[in-house]
Amino acid sequence: MKKRITSLLTISILIFVFIIFYKSLNTINFYKPKSEIKDIPQFSALSFYSNEKIDSKKIFNKDKYYLLNIWASWCVPCRDEHLILTDLNKYDKLEIIGLNYKDKLENAKRFLDELGDPYKKILLDKDGTKAIEWGAFGVPESFLIYKKKVVKKFIGPLNANSLLEIEQIIK
Amino acid sequence: MIYSSIGYYALIFGLAISLPIFFFSIKNFKNHEILDSKIISFSFIQLLLVIVSFLGLIVSFLLSDFSNDTVFNNSHTTKPLFYKISGTWGNHEGSLLLWLLVLTLFIFIFLVRSKNLLKKYRILTVLFQQIIIIGFFIFLIDSSNPFNHTFPSPSEGLGLNPILQDPALAIHPPILYLGYVGSSIIFSSVLAATCLNYISKTWAIHIKNWILISWIFLSLGILLGSIWAYYELGWGGFWFWDPVENVSLMPWLALTTLLHCVLVLEKRSTLSSWIIILSITTFTLSMCGTFLVRSGILNSVHTFANDPERGLFILSFLFILIFISLFVFFVFHKSDEQEVISFSLFSKETSILINNWFMMYFLSVVIIGTVYPIFLDVISSEQISVGPPFYHKLIIPFLIPFLIFMALGPQLSWIRGKLDGKIYLILFLIISFLISYLILKNFGNNILINTILIGSAFYLFLTTIRDFFKKKLQNFSQNLSHFGFSLLILSILFNNIFSSEIITNLKVGETFKNKKFEIKFNDLKKFEEKNYVSFKGYFLIKENNSRENLEPELRVYNQPNIITSEADIKTTFLSDKFITMNTVQNEEYFNIRYQKKPFMLWIWISVVLISFGGVISLFKNRDI
Repeated sequence: MKKRITSLLTISILIFVFIIFYKSLNTINFYKPKSEIKDIPQFSALSFYSNEKIDSKKIFNKDKYYLLNIWASWCVPCRDEHLILTDLNKYDKLEIIGLNYKDKLENAKRFLDELGDPYKKILLDKDGTKAIEWGAFGVPESFLIYKKKVVKKFIGPLNANSLLEIEQIIK
Repeated sequence: MIYSSIGYYALIFGLAISLPIFFFSIKNFKNHEILDSKIISFSFIQLLLVIVSFLGLIVSFLLSDFSNDTVFNNSHTTKPLFYKISGTWGNHEGSLLLWLLVLTLFIFIFLVRSKNLLKKYRILTVLFQQIIIIGFFIFLIDSSNPFNHTFPSPSEGLGLNPILQDPALAIHPPILYLGYVGSSIIFSSVLAATCLNYISKTWAIHIKNWILISWIFLSLGILLGSIWAYYELGWGGFWFWDPVENVSLMPWLALTTLLHCVLVLEKRSTLSSWIIILSITTFTLSMCGTFLVRSGILNSVHTFANDPERGLFILSFLFILIFISLFVFFVFHKSDEQEVISFSLFSKETSILINNWFMMYFLSVVIIGTVYPIFLDVISSEQISVGPPFYHKLIIPFLIPFLIFMALGPQLSWIRGKLDGKIYLILFLIISFLISYLILKNFGNNILINTILIGSAFYLFLTTIRDFFKKKLQNFSQNLSHFGFSLLILSILFNNIFSSEIITNLKVGETFKNKKFEIKFNDLKKFEEKNYVSFKGYFLIKENNSRENLEPELRVYNQPNIITSEADIKTTFLSDKFITMNTVQNEEYFNIRYQKKPFMLWIWISVVLISFGGVISLFKNRDI
């Protein structure tokens, strides 16, 4: 009797685990970048320097390209990527917006002091929820935006290829 | 082109060979006294076919045959020969082919080396192993075929990720896989032995060798991965509690526990339930590791291809295996619980049992830390990431009693130990805490938990050293591994407590100074290498009276286009000097990170010692 209960229990736990893993397989699909152009999410976030709330409608409203870059001071690839962001900063037609992800303010400031600040504006995402609204799955990640639509999504650090790609698009 | 086809057809024929193996095994199971030699022959043919297939892939890589998808995705003509070969298993498809190769190799060795054992047991083991082998064949042919074609053939490949181009990482997967797949033999034979109620002393002596083999390879595999992370990732750490690392640690914990249980089985014919469950767990965790890593469920520094379809296959296959094994366990296993009660408090078996529970606790912490974020994400779509503090807080306090029991256990004898004449044990305890207190006080780091931790590690250290002199060669292997473990914990602790770090921005010619160090940036030179451009910095580090030249590098790889930072590390007997440089916004300046890490070398040495204990035990077993 005892044996039967143990076996039933083990099997039901295993089935539960199976279902969870199965579901998580599918949720990965959900996060996959969609190729079609989609609208940017609306949100409001605290600003990095002034600590006031900014609405997303007021950021992406000019006739310009925007590059939303999700970064954090603790993220190692972000260091490599920073060089490319700095490079991109020379274009007038492009504004780089930073989304500081799950970071300590002082560390982030030190990071920018050290490597330079290519961002026009920096928004804070202390708990990581804003990044999820964007459908990001990690840091670093960048979204090229034009007329409130995501033109292109870059997962992982920007590299020389993505630099070229961005330059081609904004020309 | 031709080699890919050969490889592909070899795979298909290899799968077909499973049919006669099944047929002859079932026929042979009831009818005859001796094992049908056809089973061995067919297993050999299957092994040969998989070897041919694997060679086919290696040759495709060597010839840079880009009509093969796998080669196209993971190789490049300018890649050095060594990395062309290691690129074979540096990707999903190739690594699975390697899995299959080791699977077939091990069952063949098993058949050859188990002649004195029960015939039915050998056949059943082959059958269970064949189920796993067939699963991998189908997986390879169906959804991860390493021999897919592209037409027309591209003229150049995409290249292997530069951070994977490292000697330690080139041999890391094969070694780790030998450990993972070795657990498949343990799994199959435990199921076979359970079915036949064959779990006995003879069986324990035989299976101990297999456990030791996979344990040694798993330990060394983890070590290599860790060395790679230390030298290549350039973060100055050696273990990050990254999910992919945890995935290799989990089967190691289960396997270590299993090893200890088998010792009890060998001496006292008990703990069979532990052994069955642990064998199943070890293999399941190895498979689970493959599943979690390859399906892309885990987010990690290790970038692998994500493919949900593949994940689904491994997942279903894994659960089929788990259900088969549970069925065998619940139906055939006859419990030996009544014997457990007769354990005396002061005996080796009791301390091994205590050790088991500690290990199970560590294992659960790692499992929860790795898997819980996935669960939470599915159930509440909340995303969390579990980092080192979680593991440190849950594991470190429990290390203290664990270390003390590890020191005490081997001092007791089987069945009923006596504590007479063991006053030295208490004496050692006092001495070790005193040493620890004095060391930490001397360095002005007087935190109670550190004192106790280092004290208990010293305790294990001293008792094992005493045993080297007292017991000489008796139990040498065990003693060596335990000694290695104490050394490992000590090195890790000293490494953590006494390491120092400087982060600063410098340009050529500038000097950084503080009370202890002086860092001078002497020069920067550019070199053109075969598949990357290297910028080398020349630094002079002055500390007290020692001078050291360090030359970190920035590499700009051409295929694929990635910048990597190569640390320069000067390893000495007592400490490592570790320097990395990185680009900063201002072109002239570089971000310099200098670390001094004591006892780094000893971490590697101690893991080698731990594994070496296993090797000695393996050879000692051979003689009997």
